[in-house]
Amino acid sequence: MDFNDTPQEAEFRAAARGWLDSNAERLGPDESPTGMAEGQDREDVIKSSQAWQARKADAGWACITWPKEYGGRGASSIQNVIWNQEEGRSQTPPNVFGIGQGMLGPTIMAHGSEAQKSRYLNPMLRGEEIWCQLFSETAAGSDLAGLQTRAVREGDEWVLNGQKIWTTGAQYCRWGMIVTRSDPAAQKHAGITYFIVDMESSGIEIRPIKQINGGKSFNEVFFNDVRVPHANVVGKVNDGWRGAITTLMNERASIGGGGGSNGFRELMRLARETDWNGRPALQDPYVRQRLADFYIRSKGLQYTGYRTLTALSKGATPGPEASIGKLVGAPLSQELAGFACDLQGQAGSLMEDDSSWQSSYLGAPGIRIAGGTDEILRNIVAERVLGLPPEVRLDKGIAFQDIPSARN
Amino acid sequence: MNFDFSEEQKLLQKTARDYLSENAPLGLCRKILEGDEPYSRELWQAAGEMGWLGAAIPEKYGGAGFGHLELALLAEEVGRALAPIPFSSSVYLATEALLVAGTDEQRERYLPGLASGELIGTFAIAERRGRPTAASVQTTFKDRELVGVKLPVPDGDVAGIAIVNARDDSGISLVVAELDARGVERESLASIDPSRSLARLSFQGARAELLGAPGKGQELADSILDRAAVLMAFEQVGAATRAFELTKDFMMERYAFGRPIASFQALKHRLADLYVKIELARSNSYYGAWALSSESAELPVAACGARASASDAFELASQEMIQLHGGVGYTWEYDCHLFYRRAKLLGLALGNASEWRDKLIERLDHPSAV
Repeated sequence: MDFNDTPQEAEFRAAARGWLDSNAERLGPDESPTGMAEGQDREDVIKSSQAWQARKADAGWACITWPKEYGGRGASSIQNVIWNQEEGRSQTPPNVFGIGQGMLGPTIMAHGSEAQKSRYLNPMLRGEEIWCQLFSETAAGSDLAGLQTRAVREGDEWVLNGQKIWTTGAQYCRWGMIVTRSDPAAQKHAGITYFIVDMESSGIEIRPIKQINGGKSFNEVFFNDVRVPHANVVGKVNDGWRGAITTLMNERASIGGGGGSNGFRELMRLARETDWNGRPALQDPYVRQRLADFYIRSKGLQYTGYRTLTALSKGATPGPEASIGKLVGAPLSQELAGFACDLQGQAGSLMEDDSSWQSSYLGAPGIRIAGGTDEILRNIVAERVLGLPPEVRLDKGIAFQDIPSARN
Repeated sequence: MNFDFSEEQKLLQKTARDYLSENAPLGLCRKILEGDEPYSRELWQAAGEMGWLGAAIPEKYGGAGFGHLELALLAEEVGRALAPIPFSSSVYLATEALLVAGTDEQRERYLPGLASGELIGTFAIAERRGRPTAASVQTTFKDRELVGVKLPVPDGDVAGIAIVNARDDSGISLVVAELDARGVERESLASIDPSRSLARLSFQGARAELLGAPGKGQELADSILDRAAVLMAFEQVGAATRAFELTKDFMMERYAFGRPIASFQALKHRLADLYVKIELARSNSYYGAWALSSESAELPVAACGARASASDAFELASQEMIQLHGGVGYTWEYDCHLFYRRAKLLGLALGNASEWRDKLIERLDHPSAV
């Protein structure tokens, strides 16, 4: 038991480090890469992100787990973790390509036609074209297969009508991947078709969503008679659910990893410096119990991450266990931020420029919902990790159009 | 990154698991719980013969000389089996105390017996209700004689030696006392888990000798407790995992409203939460095992995390086990209460989870620690 690289891993790390050191500035031990700052011009961020991506691609360090034929280097999962660790220790622009490269690219590789692979994958890898995922709808979130956006075939084209929501980056994406209802008379999962859609098509309208923390990371995307060539079907007509599952599996794998700092050190400092009943809050028994619990959970997550890395290092592939990271981490962030507000007493309700705890508290509910709610993650752990039987369902064995979708 | 046990270590664990599932089914725990025998002498003897008791004792003192990673995995198996033997008292506490603080002569005198199982050791700290501190210790050690009462002492009714903390001229010191000697009275006490014994030890001028430097008793006790906490955490994680598995199996078999109760979200979500809690405790325990086996300066912090999370996980597992079994879970006949009792006993044995959380913050409370 140790925390060292194997000789092969050390060699790979040295190669990654070597390239990064001659191409980017190395961060100090307490520094983290600058994210996309509020008010920063988005175009500038995208340009710098694209420039960095192209540089990586030229040197073979973009999407390293992808096969060589699409520009990757066929790297293993543990090599990918090592690369991400090392890149994270360098001052690099924020990555705006995650949805395409992490989720949609692998879907095209698994289900796309040869023409789609050769047209789309390399520009995606190089960051020349940015992609978005058009999945959730207002009435289809956790129950994604309840989606209602219609796709009707007209000759060599399909006509799309409906609304998608929670689409990250729709404003600056060149391409999107959309799941649609192509056969409402078929059973729920059997009438879905998956398309690549040109986000510059006429009939697409994008409206940003204002979140409870004031941010606007997501959009509603409306489709009014949007025409998509038949060649853009991913996989087979009415068999799109298969591809959607591939996308979601990759989403979970990219959310996993777990651990790292979630502000515990800052919370300790706050408790040490805040006066509470005439003494530092850190001396209060209740405060100590809560802090210890936060520490133990966050370390438990970090060490669980070490166990996952160990399994990857021995050649395993990421599985549904990765759901634990978000299931523990997201509520923990919320509790931690909420407790930090509480520690400040009545002043904890002040929203000032440097109120990072308050901002974090307002941001936390979103993390518990995005990419699988706490409840969906519990289902995944229960059914996919522990093998428990699924809930009885009322939407199986009947046509999608006959499934009750509202009280009336 | 190799945050896992080696294949050899896992093989040792598997051998132990196979042996225990053959020779120590839950019926053995029940037999001790219901009978007059204080522990399973047969299992204890076998554990000595297989080298489990001396897993962390160097060969020159009669041990198997494996190490603490191996011992941690054996502790997990002892926990899984709810083994009715004084393993934690003798192995994690008395043996570790001698390894940490004993003179060469003391080690030669006691370790071979502890390794073979002929001698059982224990650690006597508590004197009454409440959380003990250095200031609350009333037992005295003067002119090499021990005076005072310790209770409850785990396995104190069957132990041959006890490591005792006592007040002397230099403050608090640790001493080792032979319990069959003159001036020691022992009395069995009723235990919430009768498969594990508790006793009152009364020292009335009993002969004892210093263990470690005089006046260093508190520091030494803390360090011994840290080591024991990691090993106990493995025992707790092992027991929690078994409780979880049995509960899961029951929920797959049990039907209500026309379907297995494991299919109800209200229940499966609880099982998922329990699984996650046990896995986090396991990970914290792994870190503790790494710190213990590598003599890392992280041990005091790692021990707190392992102990608090494992105590909480096993306690929750034992409570959920009964609740998710429903009515039968509350019967004497079903095994749920064996886990429920053991969880409380082990959870209190080295100080409860809140005490370890408090200790954790104390140890993290300097700017460089986190």
